[in-house]
Amino acid sequence: MVKERKSLSAGHGIGAWLQQRITAVIMVVAIFQVFIFLILANEVIDSNFITWQQFFSFIFVKIFTQIVLLAVMIHAWIGMRDVVMDYIKSYSARVTLFSIIVVWLVGCAIYSAVILWS
Amino acid sequence: MTKMKFSIYRYNPEKDTKPYYQDYEIEVGEHDKKLLNVLVRIKDELDDSLSFRRSCREGVCGSDAMNINGRNGLACLTDVAGLKQPVVLSPIPGLPVIRDLIVDMTQFFHQYHSVTPYVVDNRPMPERERLQSPEDRKELDGVIECILCACCSTACPSFWWNPDKFLGPAALLHAYRFLADTRDQATNSRLNDLNDPYRLFRCHTIMNCVDVCPKHLNPTKAIGKIKEMMIARMV
Repeated sequence: MVKERKSLSAGHGIGAWLQQRITAVIMVVAIFQVFIFLILANEVIDSNFITWQQFFSFIFVKIFTQIVLLAVMIHAWIGMRDVVMDYIKSYSARVTLFSIIVVWLVGCAIYSAVILWS
Repeated sequence: MTKMKFSIYRYNPEKDTKPYYQDYEIEVGEHDKKLLNVLVRIKDELDDSLSFRRSCREGVCGSDAMNINGRNGLACLTDVAGLKQPVVLSPIPGLPVIRDLIVDMTQFFHQYHSVTPYVVDNRPMPERERLQSPEDRKELDGVIECILCACCSTACPSFWWNPDKFLGPAALLHAYRFLADTRDQATNSRLNDLNDPYRLFRCHTIMNCVDVCPKHLNPTKAIGKIKEMMIARMV
């Protein structure tokens, strides 16, 4: 009944777990950053296209946004990997899905970087 | 004496094509304090074909784990008074049923054995026993009391889904019991063995294990401490 232990990626347990927690913290900080900007934009300064553009043109906002976007990709990858490992039992289907997810996430990362830095 | 209604899961693979619930009604007296007392009386007085495991009848052996009104627990520690009627009794979920309330615990014990559940110390044997300071022994409090009744692991959705790959809360509690033991010399290999996506990390902190443990232990806390040990080893 009990199958032989199959370890897909031994040694990757704590690393993935830790990455997911760290990226989650980064995303929480980003949510607060956006909220504070929205409150300030509505209360203190005018909220219009110019203020939004100015805010996102600050270099440290750009760098932080890039870090947040990468954190979202890493977080999404680990989450999707876990879901696929739980629900897809066939190894060939898993590899196919993993490939699609990686291509999609890398595509998103490149596209977001182009938008952010162009 | 008051009448109590029970609805008990029945399945005899030699006779039944599928499981069903059978209703029983029994007079419960002042001496029938615990659910196990009543179950033994049902077997004695109403239906001797009803099968369940039991041994010590005082919460030490862990034999009579069952699902009582939708919640895992030990029949011998569950007060009859206060149970919602009809009392629905089922086998602990997620393990194959052998007959009635008896389940096949092979998978559960396989996971337990896989954590090397004994102290590993390859140093020369001392003349007398390996001593431990009272402070070091204190580390094992809240861990060593586990009786392997399987209430926790069979209440864990992660264990239901991956019973062959995820160790389950009981085995992980025991894994921590030996990691926390100062006499054990195999910390590194124990941590290496747990460091894959399934064995430990399928725990999503649902905490059903803490909720149902009849000994009031906290496997989730033990799992957290194993993660802390892994992180401490990395940095």
